[in-house]
Amino acid sequence: MNSAAILVLMPLIILAGGIILLLLIIALQRSHLLSFIFSALVLVVGFCSLFFIVDLVPQVMTPMVIIDSYALFYIGLILAASLVIVLLSYDYLKQQEGEQEEYYLLVLMAALGSAVLVISQHFITLFLGLEILSVSLYVLISYLYRREQSIEAGVKYLVLAASSSAFLLFGMALIYNATGTMEFVPLSQRLAMPESGTLLVFAGIAMMLVGIGFKLAIVPFHMWTPDVYQGAPAPVTAFIASISKGGMFALILRFFITFDIYRFKHLLLIFTIIAIASMFFGNLLALRQQNVKRILAYSSIAHLGYLLVAFLAGGRYAIPAATFYLVAYFVTTIGAFGIITVLSGKEREAEDLLDYHGLYWRHPWLAAIFTTTLFSLSGIPLTAGFVGKFYVLVAGVNSSLWLLVVVLVINSAIGLYYYLRIVVAMFTPAAAESMEKQVMVINPAVSLLGGIVLAIMMLLLIGFGVYPFQLIEIIQSIGTSFDSTVRESINFIP
Amino acid sequence: MIMFWLIAILLIGGLLAWLSGRWSNRLPRWISLLVLGCVFILSIGIWLNHSEQSVLHTDGNWWLEINWEWLPQWGINFHLALDGLSLLLIVLTLFLGLVSVLTSWTEIQYKVGFFHFNLLWILAGIMGVFLAMDLFLFYFFWEVMLIPMYFLIGIWGHEDRIYAAIKFFIFTQLSGLLMLLSILGLYFVHGRLTGIYTFDYNHLLNTMIAPGTSRWLMSGFLIAFLVKLPAVPFHTWLPDAHSEAPTAGSVILAGLLLKTGAYGLLRFVLPLFPQSAIDFAPLAMILGVVGILYGAKLAFAQTDMKRMVAYTSVSHMGFILLGVFAFNQLALQGVVLQIITHGISTGALFIIAGMMKERLHTRDMQQMGGLWENVPRLAGVSMLFAMASLGLPGLGNFIAEMLILFGAYLANKIVTIFATLGLIAATLYALWFIQQVFHGYKSREYKISDLNAREMIIMVAMIAVIVWLGVYPQPVLDTAKPVLQHIQEIVVPSQPAEIQIPAKFVEPMGLNDTGMQISQPDQRGGSNE
Repeated sequence: MNSAAILVLMPLIILAGGIILLLLIIALQRSHLLSFIFSALVLVVGFCSLFFIVDLVPQVMTPMVIIDSYALFYIGLILAASLVIVLLSYDYLKQQEGEQEEYYLLVLMAALGSAVLVISQHFITLFLGLEILSVSLYVLISYLYRREQSIEAGVKYLVLAASSSAFLLFGMALIYNATGTMEFVPLSQRLAMPESGTLLVFAGIAMMLVGIGFKLAIVPFHMWTPDVYQGAPAPVTAFIASISKGGMFALILRFFITFDIYRFKHLLLIFTIIAIASMFFGNLLALRQQNVKRILAYSSIAHLGYLLVAFLAGGRYAIPAATFYLVAYFVTTIGAFGIITVLSGKEREAEDLLDYHGLYWRHPWLAAIFTTTLFSLSGIPLTAGFVGKFYVLVAGVNSSLWLLVVVLVINSAIGLYYYLRIVVAMFTPAAAESMEKQVMVINPAVSLLGGIVLAIMMLLLIGFGVYPFQLIEIIQSIGTSFDSTVRESINFIP
Repeated sequence: MIMFWLIAILLIGGLLAWLSGRWSNRLPRWISLLVLGCVFILSIGIWLNHSEQSVLHTDGNWWLEINWEWLPQWGINFHLALDGLSLLLIVLTLFLGLVSVLTSWTEIQYKVGFFHFNLLWILAGIMGVFLAMDLFLFYFFWEVMLIPMYFLIGIWGHEDRIYAAIKFFIFTQLSGLLMLLSILGLYFVHGRLTGIYTFDYNHLLNTMIAPGTSRWLMSGFLIAFLVKLPAVPFHTWLPDAHSEAPTAGSVILAGLLLKTGAYGLLRFVLPLFPQSAIDFAPLAMILGVVGILYGAKLAFAQTDMKRMVAYTSVSHMGFILLGVFAFNQLALQGVVLQIITHGISTGALFIIAGMMKERLHTRDMQQMGGLWENVPRLAGVSMLFAMASLGLPGLGNFIAEMLILFGAYLANKIVTIFATLGLIAATLYALWFIQQVFHGYKSREYKISDLNAREMIIMVAMIAVIVWLGVYPQPVLDTAKPVLQHIQEIVVPSQPAEIQIPAKFVEPMGLNDTGMQISQPDQRGGSNE
């Protein structure tokens, strides 16, 4: 390992070092403000360090870790999203009882876990990252343990995540048994040979799919999503919806494209079914919900289905389309949960549809931001979500995946219904009795910090929606460099 | 550049109107009026400047064009272009926009600033649709105009507004997305053939598409446009949206939004997929006739005044479908005229319905009756527009529908014979409407006022236009002629074998002496009555 190799690990080292320092700081001096500022600083420094190492990539360090521009991009995305979530969390946590400092520690840990997922090219790093992420999330989900559904959500996540990890491990073991390797690239080469034990490998991949599917919350591994989304504190929900899924998705993109999944028609068929089922289940189940967090939970299931379309499309559009969609989805989801965060009070979250009645007249700006994010989720022009969906459609049409593309289109129309319901609620004047409830329960003073962060999110949404030129440029270059490295590594290693 | 400003001024004006709504309810109205007035004068200026050239531009060249790079990675440009057809539609858009602002003057008292913001943004979106010459940009505007329309219905509409707004939005969004798929399909087909990946209209125009693919791609466009138009199986969103929308919303829906569908057929479906369009023509014409008769029948059965007018729109839009797929100059010119006259006459009927609602607080025609003596001016105006709707000679709709019928007769006799029955049906519902509302017994005594000065201004302006189009539509036809000839040339490249019209019929019409065309319908129509 040379010095450049150490250097490219900078963001992760900063993150890990920051976590240890934060531990010490908490041990010496408990202060909410201090740990908030420190963790934000760690994320900012980590993010800035990316710009110094961008010329040094790609670097392959040990068989386990690869840092290429693809990984750097996703690390940047994870760090930026974590920063936004940390900023949104401060005023939210300030009104809660109990210790607040460890929250930031756990968020940094979870971000580290996701970042490890993104750079892994080996089953061990995959599992390591996944566990760092999951364990932090167990605690984060029930962080406000005094609330009704908090423990329930945490335990549900714990049990299911642990068992799905077991599946994942078993699947890895089977694949290792059949091929004798746990590295992505050699694995792909072994599988290219006809005599490799296909049945074992397929069983292994199917079991891994359980673990992966659970993290991504795609049908049929989606059961936990609405309960956990509802029970977790709003900023944590934002984290689960965006960073946790994003890290995992980045990983499976890398894994399956290196693996060249497109030669295994059976696997593609399974993914196609999963994608279609996710889109339909997510959207149909969201239709009758009265709880905004549950609506967004089901909508996230559908969105992962849309993402799978980009992934299934393959070809030169797969990585750029999926990546762009993920960026748009990150900004949108965090924006949407950010609104819930700033509106939530001490007792409970602003999660009932009734809480949003008349929001347009009470907080016009928040309502405008929420409307924009909902439009972005439904993929209406002028927002990033539209360009993302457009990109996915481009990828799908390019590969002639007509079935998936048409299903996606139909689902967009179904999805519109429940997104519009929230928009309508915001424009409906609040009824007298619910008004009383709101005044009692919901936080009337919206935090300035939260407002500014959300305004930035909205500008990003519209910016990426109207003029995504630079972003597409970056993402396309990542896609091409990724493709070329994959091709090189497969061709050159015997 | 001037086209960019046409849209930008509206967008900026919308924002100003919204902001000014904080201080006063009057300010947004005046701002909107001023902004629309300026842009309207601008567009008339463009028309007058180019009216000389329009006769010379027979090759379908643009009058004005801007073409800026937007997302070069995907071959997407910010490409706006204007020709005679676009110009006519833009003038119509702005005229109806002005009318909408005036009709909402007292009707809208709730969140006036945001209302006018939405109004101006819809108009900007519609203008964008009429000007965009990049398919991505076209889709972009196509969707952008929906969002403010959704708010307009959803916030300022009547009782069932939420249902109507969501239904409207989902219908148009779904069909729009299918069109987007077709656009993408076309993009890749063209890209693979030529190596140039672009959404530019001019490039895509001459793509050689395999017939099977072409049929699929066309169907995506068709669905979007037929839902918007609306043609019969897809029309169910329209009565709900129309009857629940505020008056200005109904005017814009009927006068402009439906016309984007007709425009799309003319601008995109025919030139991009000529052969498939010819294959589809018989079915399209049948759909058109079904729309004409079915819409008229349902209009006759309505008791709600706005619903009745909404169904008359379905009926009139059937004529457009009939005319577009007749593929000859007579019919195409009739279509353009129908787009404009229907916009004016139906817009006026919706405004009248709105005025009645404001005075009587009901739209139920059974509650009305014998109102002529209370509101003679309103009754007279209603009479005039009901006559326009049934196609009385001397008013614009007559010429439009006659041209379409003549054109369609050349293309498909049997279908046209049935379509002609639509005129009789129109007479029935229009006269029944007048009879129910203004004549007959008074079911109860109302104390209501007649038209005031503002309302008279609106009505006089609309009457002036509809009479002008009925008496001397030549400037409009001249403006649209080069574009229509160009479109026809693409679909039927002067080989009569392609369509089932005997050559002897085509040639005299192909001469296109428009003066002659106008005199013909007048004579024949006169004898019909």
